[in-house]
Amino acid sequence: MATSTMQFKIYRYDPDKDNAPYMQDISVEVDFALDRKLLDILTRLKAKDDTLSYRRSCREGICGSDAMNINGKNGLACLTDIKDLKQPVVLRPLPGLPVIRDLIVDMTQFFKQYHSIKPYLINEGPRPDRERLQSPDEREELNGLYECILCACCSTSCPSFWWNPDKFVGPAGLLNAYRFIADTRDQATNERLDDLEDPYRLFRCHSIMNCVDVCPKNLNPTRAIGKIKEMMVRRAI
Amino acid sequence: MVNRILVGAHYGLKDWIIQRATAIIMAVYTVIFLVVIAAVGPDSFDAWRGIFANGFMKFATFLFFVSVFYHAWIGIRDIWMDYIKPDALRLLMMIATAAVLVGYAGWAVQILWRM
Repeated sequence: MATSTMQFKIYRYDPDKDNAPYMQDISVEVDFALDRKLLDILTRLKAKDDTLSYRRSCREGICGSDAMNINGKNGLACLTDIKDLKQPVVLRPLPGLPVIRDLIVDMTQFFKQYHSIKPYLINEGPRPDRERLQSPDEREELNGLYECILCACCSTSCPSFWWNPDKFVGPAGLLNAYRFIADTRDQATNERLDDLEDPYRLFRCHSIMNCVDVCPKNLNPTRAIGKIKEMMVRRAI
Repeated sequence: MVNRILVGAHYGLKDWIIQRATAIIMAVYTVIFLVVIAAVGPDSFDAWRGIFANGFMKFATFLFFVSVFYHAWIGIRDIWMDYIKPDALRLLMMIATAAVLVGYAGWAVQILWRM
């Protein structure tokens, strides 16, 4: 059995007990035959110390619950291979959002921005008998957009979102905004572009591509933002 | 007054395009400037002055300075928008920045047309 000890430094904060957050040093016996992902280790740690708090659900990169800052880079614990991690593995909550407890952050601001882009199809036309059709090319444009799981890895790695989380939509929200702007079944393109043509909501993005660097689904919010800007330019000239 | 989050000023696109256009102008001018300097090899004040006495160089240099100041306006305003949270202070710093840059532009014109 390939077992070994891994060193961890984990951000701990229980507002009911602690005056201030602190980093806890923990070493764990890891069985590489059984433990493959960081979430496996967190499950072991939780079994030993059930006060350690983090979100998790599907454990396969679909729900987006277990996003955290792993060795300085945002990612999903369930998709992070433990073999690649430099020790001690430093785990912190996602940066820029208020900490509720340990690795759990308050995502209210993140979802407020997501809801602000009206993440649903707007179509006032008569309801078709069966469904609203798209050509394969039209559908192709939605690839790389609809896969977003709203884990907030991208938005919480974006300095523009750190400075203006209340005003800047952030990479996740803007990727989803483009998902509906690009959708040929949506009729609110102009209203959507009007809503985003704003120095804070869209133009806080300076294309530094932190979002692309961290996205666990390998999506490209910077490209989506670029396409929104391109559509605004085409509309204006 | 209740402090509500206010967004929706509906500008930004024009500044975004201008920032890119002025960047291209500055890059092209830098090449032109380096080529001219290499070709002329000004070794005296009169030779240096001669470069800017030329109509095209006057035009290009003026365009360059206007680009620098407009580009700087957008960039510095963005910094104030990110970091200066009190509205009154932000407005004051924006006005001060614009005033300084307009002053610089006038100063650049004065120097350029004296050449």
